[in-house]
Amino acid sequence: MSATTPGARPAAPRRRLLLLAPLGVAAAAGAGFFAMLRGLGTGSYDPKGVPSALLGKPAPDFALPPLEGADRPALAAADLRAAGRPVLVNFFASWCVPCVIEHPQLMKLSREGVPVLGVAYKDKPADALGFLQKHGNPYQRLGVDLPGRIAIDWGLYGVPETYLIDRGGIIRWRWAGPVTEETVAQQLRPLLKTHA
Amino acid sequence: MIPEIGHFALALALALSLAQVVTGLWGAHRAEARLMSATAPLAAGVLIAVAASAGCLVWAYVVNDTTVLNVVQNSHSAKPLLYKISGTWGNHEGSMVLWVLILALCGGAVAAFGNNLPSALQARVLAILALVSFGFLAFILATSNPFQRMWPPPPDGQGLNPILQDPGLAFHPPLLYLGYVGFAVTYAFAVAALIEGRVDAAWGRWVRPWALAAWSFLTLGIALGSWWAYYELGWGGYWFWDPVENASLLPWLAGCALLHSAIVVEKREALKTWTVFLALVAFGMSLLGTFLVRSGVLTSVHAFANDPARGMVILGLLAVFIGGGFALFAWRAAAMVPTGVFAPLSREGSLVLNNLLLCSIAAVVLVGTLYPMFADLLLSEKISVGPPFFNLATLPLAVPLVLAMGFGPVLPWKRARVFPALQRLWWAALAGLGVLLLCLAIAGERIGPALGFGAAAWILFAALADIADRIALLSRPRAAWARAKGLPRAAWGGAVAHAGLGVMILGLAGMGLATDRLALLKPGESTTLAGIEYRLVGLRDVQGPNWTARRATVELRDAGRLVTTMEADKRNFAVSRMTTTEAAIHTTLLRDLYLVMGEEREGGAVLRIHDNPLAPWIWFGAAIMALGGGLSLSDRRMRVSAPAAKLARGGEARA
Repeated sequence: MSATTPGARPAAPRRRLLLLAPLGVAAAAGAGFFAMLRGLGTGSYDPKGVPSALLGKPAPDFALPPLEGADRPALAAADLRAAGRPVLVNFFASWCVPCVIEHPQLMKLSREGVPVLGVAYKDKPADALGFLQKHGNPYQRLGVDLPGRIAIDWGLYGVPETYLIDRGGIIRWRWAGPVTEETVAQQLRPLLKTHA
Repeated sequence: MIPEIGHFALALALALSLAQVVTGLWGAHRAEARLMSATAPLAAGVLIAVAASAGCLVWAYVVNDTTVLNVVQNSHSAKPLLYKISGTWGNHEGSMVLWVLILALCGGAVAAFGNNLPSALQARVLAILALVSFGFLAFILATSNPFQRMWPPPPDGQGLNPILQDPGLAFHPPLLYLGYVGFAVTYAFAVAALIEGRVDAAWGRWVRPWALAAWSFLTLGIALGSWWAYYELGWGGYWFWDPVENASLLPWLAGCALLHSAIVVEKREALKTWTVFLALVAFGMSLLGTFLVRSGVLTSVHAFANDPARGMVILGLLAVFIGGGFALFAWRAAAMVPTGVFAPLSREGSLVLNNLLLCSIAAVVLVGTLYPMFADLLLSEKISVGPPFFNLATLPLAVPLVLAMGFGPVLPWKRARVFPALQRLWWAALAGLGVLLLCLAIAGERIGPALGFGAAAWILFAALADIADRIALLSRPRAAWARAKGLPRAAWGGAVAHAGLGVMILGLAGMGLATDRLALLKPGESTTLAGIEYRLVGLRDVQGPNWTARRATVELRDAGRLVTTMEADKRNFAVSRMTTTEAAIHTTLLRDLYLVMGEEREGGAVLRIHDNPLAPWIWFGAAIMALGGGLSLSDRRMRVSAPAAKLARGGEARA
């Protein structure tokens, strides 16, 4: 520390360098921020986006037990390709309020024939069942991920979260947060068309 | 008409602040007394213009003028008056106006009360402040005009985000901005000192109260925000290490270091370069927070609706103010010569240690906050750095900080010896150690809370020992009262602020023992948590001013005796179609009983119940810390900013 060196001294080169350090750090950070802002404009940097590692890659392998009493088969990675058409994978939980908000959209998509596959995330089976009995069950298949294990492989931010998987089992789209009418109209429908 | 006046006033303030920059910098450079004397009236002019503009914006909100886009997007006629007013700063454009208004207030204060400063220093400080307000006024006018008209006007506004309609949050931004902007003043002093190439005790005397005031407001602002998150978001947590929270913590840490190192400059004329650096950093961190929150480079529950074009402009401002400040620092700081010499073990030494530890904590928080963004940018990896990292990385730095903050105040300046310090503090150390061992003995595996209780006991008793020693309570108890009255308020303030941190740590440690339970209850059913029985009495509909709600009424019984009746709401705001939870909190001296209503099913409701021991002490402690800051500020020596002798030494600047 400068204060411990008594008396006046001509600035040593090392001290000069030390005094320049803050400027260097700030400049490097500034360049980084600049690149981020540029990337926001071009779409190459997106803090809300999908892990680029997963987009365009096959969905991670998994096999989940069924939800007892829901009268739906269990869910495994192989089922994503079995439908022969794009499917939606929706992570939900009975304790999550936005899941209730998005539920009507899932019901609507399911009625239109879009296969919606559900993962009950960190939810007691009885609670998940009650949730579906109250709000309706849009899911063709249902897996229970009580410990939240597969959520780590998928890189889940939280619930609700929805993925679009194409016929070949490749992840094409991710939506973190409730699926709204606008999301369906502006993003999901065009994607369903291109991958149909 | 009124919005146009507001818009015009902003433009006028822009022009006036430019004039203030020129007269201040040029006048001081050429030592032209007439030019320099124009800066203070110009600062008053900027203040009047910005205040008029802010007044116009508040007016537009209060009368719900739906021809103003900003009002339409953020307000609604059915909103209570308080939230109409607080809605003014609940959005990006309006909050920038508040930011500039507070900056203008600070400029006005320096102009009005800075007569005893060397006139060149005052002119330069005012010029730098004007440069900051010029930058932000230009930003508002170019990209974020709050007075933008909308035609044809819609019948009514779209409403304010309901979770922001809360008394706590109404005052959270103004307090926070008072803190952020207060550091603009210390920044201006630092830049002025770099231009002049001189820092002396008089400078330290001026910087310290500003740092202290900014820090106190920031303490209150952060505490209020954390309290709001605790009772409004309904997660039962008080601090989430969210990037936006960290963005407010960073200037707080830097400011905390600054106000301590400014003491050394003032009393001992040492640590000058370092203090100037901290003053630059504290404001730099404030600006960085502004950038992170408003540019869209990160995701956070708190972030404003943002847009990259705005981000570019803020980044440009950052480059000018932080880059410019650091460039000036690299160029000029070598000229600052320390005169005070001290041994490692001394008051100065302990303050250096305090600074190193606070800055290390700030560095950890900064890295943890920025790392995910840079990992995404450079490595295309999505990483989230969460509470486990921050808790793990800050704890080893917080422990020595807590140890040192007990010792610091009892050490003499220049050179200290270990034995006299131990003599004063042995019983505080013994108390801390005793509490730690006792807690470990009672609940062995929970080291965190035990460490917290021990640390809190140490800090509280050390603060007590410090005061007891100063008033000679033990050696000459009869004269103690008279000495207590004569003790400078700054000494009281320091001890109170330290004790406040102790109280806060008590609360944090208590929260480490918190328990919760999720239960589905039908009316009449009950569940038990931490010895208290919660019985759901009933569920009903309630109508509020701009919301409807389902309300759960719950009776709490302790061993059959009725403790209280609590009502937790799930509110539905019709205008914005949002649902919020209103946690019911029963606060006692020793704990918070905290109740959140979840969804309803099978004729019952899911209730989340938290038992939070000592939780209220977290915010109570923060309030005590801010009170300590205020107490220090009220010290007579702070108001008499620099004694004449010190001024005479800096004589050339006044010529």
